[in-house]
Amino acid sequence: MNRISTKTSENIMRFFCLLASVISIISVAMICFFLFANGWPAISQVGFVQFFTGTVWQPSAGEYGILPMICATGAVTGLAILTGFPAGVLCAVYLVYECPKKMYGFFHGAILLMAGIPSVVYGFFGLTTLVPFIRNTFGGRGMSLLAAGVLLGFMILPTVASISLTSIQAVGQEIYDGSRALGSSHEKSIFHSVLPAARGGILAALILGLGRAAGETMAVMMVAGNQPVMPAGLLEGVRTLTSNIAMEMGYAAGLQREALIATGAVLLLIILLINLLLSVYERKGKMV
Amino acid sequence: MKSETVLQPVSENSPNDAGSLKNTSKSRRARDLQSRFLRFLTYGFAMLTFSLLLYMIMDIVIRGIPGLKPSLFSWTYNSKNVSLMPALINTLYMVLFSLLLSIPLSVGCAIFLVEFSKPKSRFSEVILMAVQTLSGVPSIVFGLFGSIFFVRFCHLGLSLTSGALTMVMMVLPLGIKTTQEALREVPASRREASYGLGAGKVRTIFRIVLPGAMPGILNGIVLSTGRIIGESAALIFTAGTLAKAAPDLLSSARTLAVHMYALSSEGLYIQQTYSTALVLLAVTIALNAASGLAGRLMKRKNDHE
Repeated sequence: MNRISTKTSENIMRFFCLLASVISIISVAMICFFLFANGWPAISQVGFVQFFTGTVWQPSAGEYGILPMICATGAVTGLAILTGFPAGVLCAVYLVYECPKKMYGFFHGAILLMAGIPSVVYGFFGLTTLVPFIRNTFGGRGMSLLAAGVLLGFMILPTVASISLTSIQAVGQEIYDGSRALGSSHEKSIFHSVLPAARGGILAALILGLGRAAGETMAVMMVAGNQPVMPAGLLEGVRTLTSNIAMEMGYAAGLQREALIATGAVLLLIILLINLLLSVYERKGKMV
Repeated sequence: MKSETVLQPVSENSPNDAGSLKNTSKSRRARDLQSRFLRFLTYGFAMLTFSLLLYMIMDIVIRGIPGLKPSLFSWTYNSKNVSLMPALINTLYMVLFSLLLSIPLSVGCAIFLVEFSKPKSRFSEVILMAVQTLSGVPSIVFGLFGSIFFVRFCHLGLSLTSGALTMVMMVLPLGIKTTQEALREVPASRREASYGLGAGKVRTIFRIVLPGAMPGILNGIVLSTGRIIGESAALIFTAGTLAKAAPDLLSSARTLAVHMYALSSEGLYIQQTYSTALVLLAVTIALNAASGLAGRLMKRKNDHE
């Protein structure tokens, strides 16, 4: 009797846990389905080629070309990686090898805090500090590709740093010791022996940072200027795929709304490709 | 001749140590150009990062404090007091409502992955892949989906419910991952001891595994709370921007982060925006401290073995 009820309760429990697990699969499937299904009509109405290669986004004139936004997302993301990725890895190196033991908790906490600060706060800081700084130093309006890229670099830094940190810490001490024993200096041992040994995790950090940067919305929207034109220079305003959605979604209707959803679908596709890259890469890493 | 004797103590700490194996610490600084450059890079970037963070925090604290007046915390919002209280209350609702749904779902999923499914089974790999994919989806895409599905398709409108359901999807992967890690940290010997005493699987999970993993689960809850509080892009198009404490689950509710974005884009209330940023920052710091505490508790709890 007792054994049967144990078995029954186990089955009930298993059923509910299974149900909870399936939710994530359903969520992913529904997001893909609703975005692609609602975005496709706009793409086919505007014309596939026109939608992806058109350089004019002017809903009032019926012009829907998202090439400027694709380029802007690429440029902003590239700039963010250029600034945030090396800084993140170097911060991780600093935390593992350089910082005083007593300060480790403090600096590590600072990295975690950076990861937790809301993006509107970053955006506001960028708007009140970075934008005037760029305007006064380099000229232009301040709200620019440069402002967005640098701010995003600062925002993805904690992601890159924490993943690099884990993978650097996972490198065996013998690799560092061996390099030192062969006569390398402390710094050369880190950069020529430890970091190459940790390159798997560091590359994963790069890809994850890429995804973060391409998907960030609010902070970018607050400092990028949002002109829907092809990126013309570091000091010119740009509009990314994400901010294009956030700018117009509030009031859009009809074809414009569908075109915005299509923009979201394109963004989702880019993110899915980045994810795929990461999982293929991780699988390859496991096999070696 | 003379200058050389003066320079000697500076050039090298102790020549005797030069060949000793004990000397692997960084205390003896290498002097070649490359090592110096790498050291400069590491220290430079780390210091630049931390001073930028410090500067950002100080900037918000110093410019935010003068605006922390009682009027900023009045119960209703109007364009005169620019009160953040309704937004704060809405944030609380949003967090509670979202967590109420996301905790059982994420804990259930993690239990399934760790306790029920066979490791490396195809099904659990599909779940893990879905979780990973979901964690990479940008918040604006969640917002877009929420506004298509919950707001329009389900006719929930711009409401607390639409927002909370969107938030559940967004924080699910975070909760699942932290809970999964916490469950794995509970030593297998405890489960076996429980089975050995005749307890069934369900009893073992509730009496042994979940209590052992509690601090880790709490950490996941704290991190999820932080994500919900900080989220703005996904909430603008699902929960709306009505600056009033939501009287029911179907009314539009502006959370603190959305409130801050609205103030900042209006550009009229710089002082109040700083103060709102300060409140958001303070909440973030408090949550981070709580998360650190939970992490330490988790370590202590499972170090007894």
